[in-house]
Amino acid sequence: MNKPKYTIAVTGLNNTDNPGPGVPVIRALRSAKSFDVRIIGLVYENLEPGIYMENVADKVYQIPYPSVGSEALLNRIEYINSIENIDFLIPNFDAELFTFITSQAKLESLNIKSFLPTKLQFEEREKEKLVEFGEKYNIKVPKSKSLTSVNDISKLRDDFDYPVLVKGKFYDAYIAYNSEQVIGHFNKISSKWGLPVIIQEFIKGTEVNVIALGDGRGNTIAAVPMRKQYITDKGKAWGGITLGDETMLDITCKLIKNTKWRGGMELELIKNNEGDYYLIEINPRIPAWVYLAVEAGQNIPEALIKLANDEDVPPFTKYDIGKMFVRYSYDLIADISQFEKLSITGEL
Amino acid sequence: MKLKKNIAISETGFVFDPNSGDSYSLNSIGKEILELVKLGKSKSDISFHILNKYDADEFTFERNYDDFIDMLKHHKILENE
Amino acid sequence: MTKLRYERPIISKINAGVPDKFGMKTSVETLNQIDTVPVKDILEQYGSPVFVVSEPTIRKTYEEATSAFTSRYPKVQFAWSYKTNYIDAVCRAFHKLGSWAEVVSGFEYQKALNNGVSGNEIIFNGPDKSDEDLKLAIENLSLIHIDHFDELYTILKLAETTDKRPKVAIRVNMNTGIYPQWDRFGFNYENGEAWQALNRLMYSEKVDVVGLHTHIGTYITTPNAYSVAISKLAELATSLKKKFNHAIQYIDIGGGFASKNTLKGAYLPGKDTCPTFDAYADAITGALMSANFAPNELPTLIIESGRALIDDAGYLLGTVLANKRLADGRRSTILDIGVNNLFTSFWYEHEVLPVETTTQQTEDTTLYGPLCMNIDVVRAAVQFPLLQKGDKVAIRRVGAYNMTQWMQFITFRPNVIMIDEEHNTHIIRKAETNATFEAQEVIPEYLKS
Repeated sequence: MNKPKYTIAVTGLNNTDNPGPGVPVIRALRSAKSFDVRIIGLVYENLEPGIYMENVADKVYQIPYPSVGSEALLNRIEYINSIENIDFLIPNFDAELFTFITSQAKLESLNIKSFLPTKLQFEEREKEKLVEFGEKYNIKVPKSKSLTSVNDISKLRDDFDYPVLVKGKFYDAYIAYNSEQVIGHFNKISSKWGLPVIIQEFIKGTEVNVIALGDGRGNTIAAVPMRKQYITDKGKAWGGITLGDETMLDITCKLIKNTKWRGGMELELIKNNEGDYYLIEINPRIPAWVYLAVEAGQNIPEALIKLANDEDVPPFTKYDIGKMFVRYSYDLIADISQFEKLSITGEL
Repeated sequence: MKLKKNIAISETGFVFDPNSGDSYSLNSIGKEILELVKLGKSKSDISFHILNKYDADEFTFERNYDDFIDMLKHHKILENE
Repeated sequence: MTKLRYERPIISKINAGVPDKFGMKTSVETLNQIDTVPVKDILEQYGSPVFVVSEPTIRKTYEEATSAFTSRYPKVQFAWSYKTNYIDAVCRAFHKLGSWAEVVSGFEYQKALNNGVSGNEIIFNGPDKSDEDLKLAIENLSLIHIDHFDELYTILKLAETTDKRPKVAIRVNMNTGIYPQWDRFGFNYENGEAWQALNRLMYSEKVDVVGLHTHIGTYITTPNAYSVAISKLAELATSLKKKFNHAIQYIDIGGGFASKNTLKGAYLPGKDTCPTFDAYADAITGALMSANFAPNELPTLIIESGRALIDDAGYLLGTVLANKRLADGRRSTILDIGVNNLFTSFWYEHEVLPVETTTQQTEDTTLYGPLCMNIDVVRAAVQFPLLQKGDKVAIRRVGAYNMTQWMQFITFRPNVIMIDEEHNTHIIRKAETNATFEAQEVIPEYLKS
């Protein structure tokens, strides 16, 4: 039987020391058994490493930042679609998800399929609403507070013991041991990601994550737990290992069942010394370490494309425990002519 | 006033300064003018050429030209002789 | 030979990492007409700068908002928030559509009366109501929304001096999950102050407690906060019913709906994140329907939205005065529109559009106003087309708070015109002149001659 060939547009080719999931998602799609792919890389910046890597994107287009507005972004995608005839789109940045979620109708009218969380799902798991989310779905969460002004910082002493975590709406998390450090992080984060800035109780323990895929009807199609073995100063995993932790799988399946989660997700949990799990964040997309799950037996991007294509996807039932990933960096050699072409024409 | 040596201007309006590693982009009139500067044309030659070809008045162009040249100096693409 | 279209020569540095606008094939948006009236003609006829209010847009927005609510809830009343824009013609446009008036000062109260609003359709809010204001409001059977205990006792005292029973409501502040919590206005819900105030009013037997009011904040982008507010007000209403067998006539949810303007510090633009009227209506009416009101005692829902109803209808048109390079090489453009007229530029990243397409090229630009004052910045950094001196610009979504908060500093406030349903233009507020100021100033005798 002939395998179909899909044109799939993927964002997040920033495989830097704070990597976006685009390159590993593409790697997973290229190893899919049920279809072949032509990959269109969509990039915001002209030095995203995925642009220059071999066998990643077949063609690359620059797209305008979501902060410019959905209209500009969609016009650009419409233009790209008119040349490439995109079948599927997998957005990988938190900051662009809102725009793509609210533009589903437009994407559908262009015959571009995606498989994203609903607006409600996306919004109720936002960092500043974590406390309400925990109450609603009966999951332990650390105490959190949203700050909209530097003046609120002096009042933190009433509710929090230092250290605390200072987090941006979309990205960035820093640990602060006193109010001066909170002010420093607040200014840095708010200038980059806007308000509010979130203050979170620091829970001591081991950071563990689950990558999962929900079918939007309450079923967990895929779920692989992982422990970060080595964490960079930016809090990113540099190495990790798949776990056989039934509690984590339970938490994930319950959450997906109750929220009817649609699409990829990453649960960030802290397991404290008493063995309790605290949910610290839900990333509403596939995380950058997705390829570990693929090699452990669950090709989540492939399953996601099939869900987007309205196919019946049976849940994965097993994965290899003890699979590891170790990230490495590598100096790719490029030529200024590639940089020129992308910078001037927006295409490569 | 002359173009710093080694400055490469490509067909697309991309400028690469190998001395600093910086790169720039020009709009098409900017490219046209920079190429004329590279050939050593004077301000009045360039003005004559542009005003013949494009629909612009002399004062506007003079203001814009001076500003453009200032930016080239600012980016250290032009140097004083 | 016809000459080619000229465009300023530019060179921009390509910053590694930061995407360049070149080659992106995004076109520069222009705004060359408002309700089919050419912007150039308006500027020619009424001078530059000039505010324009579109009556068709007011109507369209109002209809959108009212139908979002009336399709979900049987008893809905809008009240025009005067402080948002109290130019009489604008107020009358709203009254014509069926809006009551919502005022927060004696000045606004008089304006509402002069605009023909009957006393019992004026809602009187705010912390500053003089005894004279209150007397007049009581006589006119206006709806007085009490802000603090001092005002409450003043009303009880005034009630003894008249045969009219004051119609009152209390303003309630509460935690709805919105930061910052506006606790400076009204009586607090959580600490029991609101309930205490209601008791004091009910036991007095001198006033009619007709409603409950809240206003949870401004530029609220999470409609759910309104559900929380409605539930808490409904709690109070239920308690009144239980204890005093008293049914209130209305719940006033205030305003605070966002507009499509982008707040400074926001990552995504306002036109992408601003909730629709349907989203607000869903949250508000949903909470009302699930509250414990008997079907024959459903309170009227009053909405005091200002910004969301008028922002889109307002435009500010102006002219480029000059272009200039800053010391660090950045480009700046000076407009004849400054923070004196565009007060909202202190908190919005306003969209400034060219009136005509002269170029598709843009450059990182700072837009300054004309004032001789360092804080006069319309946009600190914006990708702006390469306009020349004399080119015209249009700023969108300026209908709210500018024509009331504008400042008179070193120059005059400009003409404000309205475009009517037939697309005719009318001056609705004349530009100030030196005579305007001479009329107000008094020179002591000894300084004359």
